[in-house]
Amino acid sequence: MKREVPLLISMAAGLFVLIGFFVPHPAIRTGYDKIQQWVIIVVAFTYVLGMANVLRLNVEQIRRRSRDWPYKVALVAGIVATMAVGFSEGTRYLDDNTGFSWIYNNMYSAMSSTMFSLLAFFIASAAFRAFRVRTVEALLLAVAAFILMLGRVPIGALIHPVLPQAADWLMEIPQNAAKRGILMGAALGVMATGFRIILGIERTYGSDSGA
Amino acid sequence: MSFSLSSLRRLDRRWIFLTVGLLVVVPLVTGFHIAPVLPGSRAKGFYDAVEHVPPGSTVLLAGDYDPGTIAENYPMHLAAVRHLMSRNIKIIAVELYPGGPPLADRVFHIAGEEFHKRERIDYVNLGFKSGNEVVMSQMGSSIPVTFPADRSGVPVGQIPVMKGIENFGQIALLVSISAGYPGTKEWVQQVVSRYHLPMVAGVTAVSAPEYYPYLQAGQLQGLLGGMAGAAEYEVLVGHPALATRGMDAQSLAHIFIAFMILLGNLAALPQRSSAGRK
Repeated sequence: MKREVPLLISMAAGLFVLIGFFVPHPAIRTGYDKIQQWVIIVVAFTYVLGMANVLRLNVEQIRRRSRDWPYKVALVAGIVATMAVGFSEGTRYLDDNTGFSWIYNNMYSAMSSTMFSLLAFFIASAAFRAFRVRTVEALLLAVAAFILMLGRVPIGALIHPVLPQAADWLMEIPQNAAKRGILMGAALGVMATGFRIILGIERTYGSDSGA
Repeated sequence: MSFSLSSLRRLDRRWIFLTVGLLVVVPLVTGFHIAPVLPGSRAKGFYDAVEHVPPGSTVLLAGDYDPGTIAENYPMHLAAVRHLMSRNIKIIAVELYPGGPPLADRVFHIAGEEFHKRERIDYVNLGFKSGNEVVMSQMGSSIPVTFPADRSGVPVGQIPVMKGIENFGQIALLVSISAGYPGTKEWVQQVVSRYHLPMVAGVTAVSAPEYYPYLQAGQLQGLLGGMAGAAEYEVLVGHPALATRGMDAQSLAHIFIAFMILLGNLAALPQRSSAGRK
């Protein structure tokens, strides 16, 4: 029973949601909408679970003084301080000039942008150290990269008017063909996995490995 | 010659970092201009889709990004809101990234003052809702049930801009500003394919190739890819701003990276020729 009941619930829910996607009849739609509302609530609780898990893992590693533990102190302190400030401001925490907004604008926003901007530095360094043209395929990749990098920015048209057109052709014909193939393959894979779950063949979500 | 090329391999990468930093910062600080931004067909598609929305209609604006991609997404977000407000189009904003709502607020604050638009009358930010694709799908049944209150907690029944809005049937256009998952791809799959809602998207440069099939299939009517796409759109809107200023820095950075690929391969030549002799 411990195996069969979850399996039946999954099959029933999977089939019902699949039918609900295609059938807008009110008899189906009401239950379909209700299930979606439950999912939204369940997903909201996973944020709490995720936060509890991050705290549990990092506090344990700090306690054991494992490698890089001072960074974990900063992480835990950041989480606790942000939550404390947010809770202390109640429903006003989203207003301008609150402590929570200050943390968002001056710490979270600045740090996130910095992480993204580091890409430019590391891409330039990797371009010098790692991009080696040793084969015909690598040469093709390098030529495509040159055309796209120069054709995608305004200076490309100044260097040669053909560069932006060549960049567009690369993106719209060969790139698009490859991407379409990947998308179709991935979609077929997702459909196959969905059917395996609905039919009870795929059981990795259960307590056993589903073999 | 061989000695000088092989010595390049020992180039301290801090020089590379310094050069990139200078190439990016100097154009931004001095404001010098290299080349004009010429709008492409994808940005024109975005612009035309907004132009075709009748004034007074309501548009759904999904700001699915957070400060991590602010350099690329924020300029296109701001340009889109300026364009919509300039045409007196009402805006309902939602965000599926927890860090997104303050950025949408900032955009509305700036553009709202410029075009004298009032919160909850001309636009509303319904804020963040967890659930990814399920939220999109649920909005197809009922937007007020999915978002019972706006970001500040005001019930949607008391918000004038939400009057008469039940589901996607009352939405004229979906504008997705997206950094990844959940974002443009999911909006196409969950909303465009089911409800046939016209849609345009502004995405990060690295993810833009993923959306070309949707653009070619007509499921997207326009696409802004990265800062370059945002700059093209700013030019079309007639309000060159953050992205247009950033394009000169990006031009120089791209040329430098191309140069680094060449230099790295030149530096590896002596090593390769000696390996070939062995």
